Amino acid sequence: MATVTYDKATRIYPGTERPAVDKLDILIEDGEFLVLVGPSGCGKSTSLRMLAGLEDIDEGKIWVGDRDVTNIQPKDRDIAMVFQSYALYPHMSVADNMGFALKIAGVPKAAIRERVEAAAKILDLTEYLERRPRALSGGQRQRVAMGRAIVRQPQVFLMDEPLSNLDAKLRVQTRTQIAALQRRLGTTTVYVTHDQVEALTMGDRIAVLKDGILQQVGPPRELYDSPVNVFVAGFIGSPAMNIGTYKVDAGSALVGRARVPLSRDTLAGLREEDRNAVVLGFRPESLDRAAPNADGAIPIEVDAVEELGSDAYVYGTVPAEAGASKEIHFSSGDAQMIARIDPRDVPRKGETVWVTIRKGEQHAFSSATGARLDKK
Amino acid sequence: MPLTFKGAADPGLIALPWYLPLGQWPKETIAALPRGISRHVVRFARLDDKVLAIKETNPRIAKQEFELLRKLGKLGAPCVVPLAVVTGRQDALGAPLEAALVTAHLQFSLPYRALFSQSLRAETVTRFVDALAVLLVRLHLIGFFWGDVSLSNALFRRDAAEFTAYLVDAETGELHETLTSGQRNHDLDLARTNIVGEMFDLEAQEHLHESVDPLAVADRLVARYGELWHALTETETFTSNIPLHIADRVKALNNLGFDIGELDMREAEDGKAIVIRPKVVDAGHHARRLMRLTGLDVQENQARRLLNDLDEYRVIVAPPGEEESYAAHQWLTTVFEATVRAVPRQFRAKLEPAQIFHEVLDHRWFLAEAAGHDVPMAVAVASYIKNILPERPDEKAVLGLTLAEMSAERTAEMTADLPALTEEVLTREIPEFDGDNTGAWGRDDGYGDSDDDDDAPVQLVRKTTKREGPNRTPPSATTDAS
Repeated sequence: MATVTYDKATRIYPGTERPAVDKLDILIEDGEFLVLVGPSGCGKSTSLRMLAGLEDIDEGKIWVGDRDVTNIQPKDRDIAMVFQSYALYPHMSVADNMGFALKIAGVPKAAIRERVEAAAKILDLTEYLERRPRALSGGQRQRVAMGRAIVRQPQVFLMDEPLSNLDAKLRVQTRTQIAALQRRLGTTTVYVTHDQVEALTMGDRIAVLKDGILQQVGPPRELYDSPVNVFVAGFIGSPAMNIGTYKVDAGSALVGRARVPLSRDTLAGLREEDRNAVVLGFRPESLDRAAPNADGAIPIEVDAVEELGSDAYVYGTVPAEAGASKEIHFSSGDAQMIARIDPRDVPRKGETVWVTIRKGEQHAFSSATGARLDKK
Repeated sequence: MPLTFKGAADPGLIALPWYLPLGQWPKETIAALPRGISRHVVRFARLDDKVLAIKETNPRIAKQEFELLRKLGKLGAPCVVPLAVVTGRQDALGAPLEAALVTAHLQFSLPYRALFSQSLRAETVTRFVDALAVLLVRLHLIGFFWGDVSLSNALFRRDAAEFTAYLVDAETGELHETLTSGQRNHDLDLARTNIVGEMFDLEAQEHLHESVDPLAVADRLVARYGELWHALTETETFTSNIPLHIADRVKALNNLGFDIGELDMREAEDGKAIVIRPKVVDAGHHARRLMRLTGLDVQENQARRLLNDLDEYRVIVAPPGEEESYAAHQWLTTVFEATVRAVPRQFRAKLEPAQIFHEVLDHRWFLAEAAGHDVPMAVAVASYIKNILPERPDEKAVLGLTLAEMSAERTAEMTADLPALTEEVLTREIPEFDGDNTGAWGRDDGYGDSDDDDDAPVQLVRKTTKREGPNRTPPSATTDAS
């Protein structure tokens, strides 16, 4: 067991100017499950491979425990890439399938047996140890494959999008299994995914990357409740946060006809470059249905309703004449607005609903830099 | 989404039963089950006179692997040729089916498991591992990180006395500008683990000769790789006689079968020495030379063997001062083609023409040794066809297990997410086809051997090299064509 430290670790691919990973600083605690997440090209996979030893570290260092592994070959790092290759050999017993790689490493027979049995116990495979893989179900075979990594007793497990090839149902199942297994083993794990739902459900902490730069690292709740910038705000959460740029007038943001009071931190943080505008974000669940004439009510023309049983979401547009946010940027949906509503009172397509932002549940960011202005 | 074919526009592809899961394809379509270990359902299917390898997987993987194999092919990597990606498949009830990647079956290739019906001997293992080491070096030189190196993920073709390995599974692969030493070492480490696993599996099956030590085999791969990589990429420093040293280096690489495409040369810091390093090296030195001289497209070691014979021919038979290209043409028509044409049609699925030629040369050597004097080529050919070739198995399309093997064995390769294989009907079919990769007898231009009674018309220009059909001619009675 060990901590992992990225110490200003940088990777610059030959022939490129911009680093693929730029001065990455993360301290991963012993036994922690850290998820690296971000859109494609953000540097998450490269970061993982730098730890694995597959990518050179051009500047900075990486430590496993108190050992500097920056210039150490992959196999000598005491790290296991899980799911890299998981062929099962049909004529070998489950026990041999799990333990044969230890023979290469020169581990004595008795010790191999011991480790295989311990792993089998954790994986619920004890009674199958003497069987051939053919006699196992698909899920059990997958666990045998995991067993191959576990018996090596590495300091760190690395997983690079291990679920991307599975269908949706198996993905959810395996996601839960991996998370539970990691907690039982207590081995430090770094996990890469592009799927923020996977990140939120699995990680002890999540590190969000964009353009090779670490945006924020913290527990799922922290990223959800206090994103440090517009990018993290928009990336974490499903459905995504509503984000728009609004004029500031007398201490409030003008959202349509509504005046959303801004916090003291926010107002103090506004600079000249912000040109008297602020980026506001509010999650779909921070909106309440209101009467059309309610104070600060925002009209939404319903484009679609997504009913999930326990919840329902309205996807709609804010009519321009209502003074909607102009030049909304940072947000993918332009003037689209998503609101969570009572699933027992669902409007029809084409109707207009009015919502108000629940007090204090907005997130304010600088319109110039995208950085968070209000403290939480 | 409608059924979509991306890639080679072979109209015949549409006729295959895409509305069925691959596992349920009728046995008329299926040529055999593959022998290698695969992550997905893989089947060999027959389409007209071709054999296709079809892999079911998700559309993203299929497209990615298709593109990657295409790029590798363009870069000259030894790998299978991708034909198409099939998406939008639906069953009869309209339920979606997985996408499929279609590749052409590599003729005369052998899965490693096919080469030992009894047991795999140390010497054969060694040759496999050496071939795999060369493949890995070649892939690494062009920046390909394999991610799952194993004997199962390669196919092997006989190449004179050696084997040449071809990449078949690029699913985990990535193409980079250059590889880091970490990536190369990781591939090597994976190779080591996988080879040991594969050997242990053979051992468990009692198909491994006791002389084989799995760990030593895996170590050999690492050692061979290291030697070759070093020889190809090593930086050398010389203080004098630079042109000679460079010529030596080029020659050494040529002997390993590589050409230097680009060489970096720079003065050492103190200005007293020159540092040289090959920057671009291309495999296939001998194959290219033979191709240039004769138009024959064969593998590297076969080319080496053929070139040796060609050089000998130039010295002994061709008039002195004859231009190399002219002598090569003469050798091609009077020696090489005469030899491969002598092979009766029914034996042509046994080995590639160039491989047969290699074996004939070997056979000729044995005959000469036994006789105590040189034996004419025609005699060697006739003797080989009569005594050796009929015993050889057909290797043109060794796809999977034979029925007999299957019933004795019920081997089903599997991986972690591969569903259990249900009852399968297996056939092992060698389809009739004329095309092959060497062009030596595949053009269907009616070479007109007397054993080809039912064949196309005889081409007159070839008549001078025509011989009596070897089946009807005792070796001693053949005319010496060489």
